[in-house]
Amino acid sequence: MSVDIDNVKKISKLSKISLSENEIEKFLTDLNQIIGWVDQLTEVDTEKVAPTFSSFGAEEGIKKRSDIISDGGYREDVISNAPKSEEGFFLVPKVID
Amino acid sequence: MTSLTELCLYEARDGLKNKSFSTKDLILDHIDAMESSRKLNAFITETPEIALKSADLSDDNYANNTNRPLEGLPLGVKDMFCTKGVLTTASSKMLSNFIPPYESTVTDNLWNNGAILLGKLNNDEFTMGSSNETSFFGSVINPWKKNDKQAELVPGGSSGGSAASVAAKVGVGSLGTDTGGSIRQPASFTGTVGLKPTYGRCSRWGIIAFASSLDQAGPITRNVKDNAILLNSMCSHDPKDTTSSLKEIPNFESSLGKSIKGLKVGIPREFFQDGMSDEIIKMWDNGKEWLKNAGAEIIEISLPNTKYALPCYYIIAPAEASSNLARYDGVRFGHSISSNDINEMYELTRSDGFGDEVKRRIMIGTYVLSSGYYDAYYLKAQKVRSLISKDYSEAFNKVDVMLTPSTPNSAFELNEKCDDPLSMYLNDVFTVPINIAGLPAISIPSSKDKVGLPLGLQLIGKPFDEETLYSFANIIEESSNFESLDDKWWLK
Repeated sequence: MSVDIDNVKKISKLSKISLSENEIEKFLTDLNQIIGWVDQLTEVDTEKVAPTFSSFGAEEGIKKRSDIISDGGYREDVISNAPKSEEGFFLVPKVID
Repeated sequence: MTSLTELCLYEARDGLKNKSFSTKDLILDHIDAMESSRKLNAFITETPEIALKSADLSDDNYANNTNRPLEGLPLGVKDMFCTKGVLTTASSKMLSNFIPPYESTVTDNLWNNGAILLGKLNNDEFTMGSSNETSFFGSVINPWKKNDKQAELVPGGSSGGSAASVAAKVGVGSLGTDTGGSIRQPASFTGTVGLKPTYGRCSRWGIIAFASSLDQAGPITRNVKDNAILLNSMCSHDPKDTTSSLKEIPNFESSLGKSIKGLKVGIPREFFQDGMSDEIIKMWDNGKEWLKNAGAEIIEISLPNTKYALPCYYIIAPAEASSNLARYDGVRFGHSISSNDINEMYELTRSDGFGDEVKRRIMIGTYVLSSGYYDAYYLKAQKVRSLISKDYSEAFNKVDVMLTPSTPNSAFELNEKCDDPLSMYLNDVFTVPINIAGLPAISIPSSKDKVGLPLGLQLIGKPFDEETLYSFANIIEESSNFESLDDKWWLK
């Protein structure tokens, strides 16, 4: 499969990364090269193969903890790196008209 | 007087225990070495005040005989580990102002064991790279040069600062992370020992995430014994990481010197590549010979899906990265560009805050996860991953470890591969499959090529069998007589 200009523009929108016209051209070339290369996976027969999403825990399994609050109370810490905050809240541009 | 930085981790530990010198003496020498090696650009943040303050505590502990396993030993930490109150950047503009309010589990374990933070080490931006050239804070320079002493070389990546600092003897060891080879490839390029533990051995909590199903923390050191000592203090079961293992943690140091007689070493034939250099082939042959002489049996094995590991990785890792890096929105932490429109704020912030390689990977990841392509790419890659893992589990029914080269070549020059993402990706051809299968692997310096640059051998182990890796690595180390770097040209 090859990637076209519209794909790149769509991906840029989806990933919330704005690109200049020059960058769109550059990423179009790069993405086509990389996608063209990963396309070799199509030659592998995977019809009867189940996917593996993690190498961990065939035997051990992902652990669950009991659903109780065990940590918290760090409001000042959490907000300490925020570019904009007020009264313990993150500030964002107005999102509702 | 010779600088105390000449002592490796265990020598420094023993010297402190015997009270041959104080922690403060040791730390002062390392701070001096750190400051006089700035040409290498290995550190993003130096923390001499923290180190000196910690040294006082360590000296008290030695005086009171309450010293802990790594008491007073200075370490560099890759700038992917969150360190409480100390700038942690992931080598990205996006986090160039980020001061974590918490400590990663792995570094917390080390400080609780008495180790001392010397500074935070440079790496490829968000660990995406194989040469340390994608860092927002500039390239790291490899302390090694070719025999002609001319061109500056890359240290490999992404843990370039971690490897370069250890090769330059700044700190007695360092922490790296390895998602597709980011510890082993730079270790190979700098003549250092680098281990990627089994997935789940070290907690990922507090490590800035790249590809969560592949990321692991690991130690980079001057020798195998130091590596084993450091790993012991890094790993733990951590309830804050659901993929951290409950398995018992053995004493890794005691696996050194164990006999490998009768154990089987697999040589995967698919790792033998067309056009492989004579020097790599010779190093590999030497490795087989050394292990054979120590009583191991060498067996040729097959891992048929090896050639698909790299393309498989370049679907899975970017997919996970595109999801993990969605958190950089300019709202909660990090770089931010203001706008009256929230979408524009996101787009401008991310466009300005991420470098090209990070953007490239986010975009590939977004593409392979997007509607219409998910099955063809992402799901397909996860199925191929099953086949790759199966290759390894079947082969490990027949052998105890595998032996391969760590990298297809030695360190290359700065800017040599910057403009071609694919040729950069191919650097990790021998290391990536191991992350996909979640196995432990170690790179040990084994020889030098004809221009005098280090080359490493890789040993791959069964899940949670780092002990056997260390036993074998120790034999390679003793057999190779690898001479570490002696020319500190950056001091001149």
